[in-house]
Amino acid sequence: MGHLTYQESKSLATKTIIILAVITISEVIFALYGKGHLLEGHSLPGWLIGGVMIAMSIVKAYLIIYEFMHMKYEVPGLVRTVILPTLLLVWAIIAFFWEGSTWQGRRDRIRNANEKEITTAKTGMVFEEYTKQNAF
Amino acid sequence: MATDTLEHDVHTDEKDGWDGAGQPFKASYGKLMMWYFLLSDAFTFSGFLIAYGAIRFSMPSWPVPDFVFQTFPFLGADKPLYFVTFMTFVLLFSSFTMVRAVQEGHQENKKGVVFWMLLTVIGGAGFLGCQAWEWNTLIQGEHMSVTINPFGTHTESGVYLSENGKPTDDTFQIGDSYLIHMNGASHGDDHATDDHGSDDHGAHAGHHYDGPGEYADASVDEKGYIHRKYKVTSGEDEGMVKSEAFGPNGFGALFFFITGFHGFHVLSGVIFLLIIMLNVMTGLYVERKNGYEMVEKIGLYWHFVDLVWVFVFLVFYLL
Repeated sequence: MGHLTYQESKSLATKTIIILAVITISEVIFALYGKGHLLEGHSLPGWLIGGVMIAMSIVKAYLIIYEFMHMKYEVPGLVRTVILPTLLLVWAIIAFFWEGSTWQGRRDRIRNANEKEITTAKTGMVFEEYTKQNAF
Repeated sequence: MATDTLEHDVHTDEKDGWDGAGQPFKASYGKLMMWYFLLSDAFTFSGFLIAYGAIRFSMPSWPVPDFVFQTFPFLGADKPLYFVTFMTFVLLFSSFTMVRAVQEGHQENKKGVVFWMLLTVIGGAGFLGCQAWEWNTLIQGEHMSVTINPFGTHTESGVYLSENGKPTDDTFQIGDSYLIHMNGASHGDDHATDDHGSDDHGAHAGHHYDGPGEYADASVDEKGYIHRKYKVTSGEDEGMVKSEAFGPNGFGALFFFITGFHGFHVLSGVIFLLIIMLNVMTGLYVERKNGYEMVEKIGLYWHFVDLVWVFVFLVFYLL
């Protein structure tokens, strides 16, 4: 394809798949380490785990699109018509995640307002009758 | 790039699917349209994944993936993310074999194309098999459904109650995960679901109740799910007795729908790969002399399926 010889593109594909495999393994190790599954008592803050994981996934996406799908060797016009529209997703992600957090805030407010009338809790169903019978 | 242009010009007149003389973006009609189809498909998947994110953000707690996806065939539970990592590798390497098939196509090497496409088909089918096992474990072993999510997360610390209603030494902290078992479900089979919560309620797995109703240590609902009872030991509800609630309802629907939609893409990919592989074998593309362009087009689709999995893997299993 393009200016690469057969041998060159063959070794490039091998190199790419090795990089992809290494990134995937590091992602899993990082996720398990960050959540304290590998070493007892060792964990990392959630924003760091999330940030590193998203960055690694974007690198993987770049390698798949640009090397495996040969986007690197297409003319700039084609690249732009495919890549630029996906930038709309940046706003979609910000807007909908913001919306999601708002839903949570509203749920909390409604629950707090109702708390005096209905016996509910953060999770779990309350067994008031049961509690009365078996006072600890 | 210069040689590329030349190569295309030779057969612009009939082979590339465009009516006019020139080629927009120096790509054939089929390849360009495949790119735009994939772009629209990317938006569809993004819509699903963003919906997952928005619903997850709106919930006070969410099932922890390391707890939900921790079973491995023949090895049982407590293997967080091992199996899904294996699945990811199967798909990743089938993407690599696809690249090799396309490269052999440029060499007009028929045997090479068939060989690497066959490996790709095997990889795709293997991935589907893995997904079937994973779904089966969740549905049959752990009783998750589109509307019921038995994977919950504690938002308070507490201690589980014994059969006579007294606190046991079985305690849990905020953020600990639990799985709501099914009354009368067989535990200890090779699904190893009983080990699923061995750290926090293994002793309870396999406990049988006479039927739906209230018991001192649990509440069994109409469908047979056992909601274990516990005494809260932290927060404003300290001292209250509660029973484990189901996890966020949307989880099951989102999981089955999004991984199912991806799996359906893999399935159609495998079918198209098979059809095109048969066409290669019959020598159809040798006659067309266009460097097996059809293999390139299905290759684009196949890499896209792998690309989507990168993000499904990220949001469902890693974060």
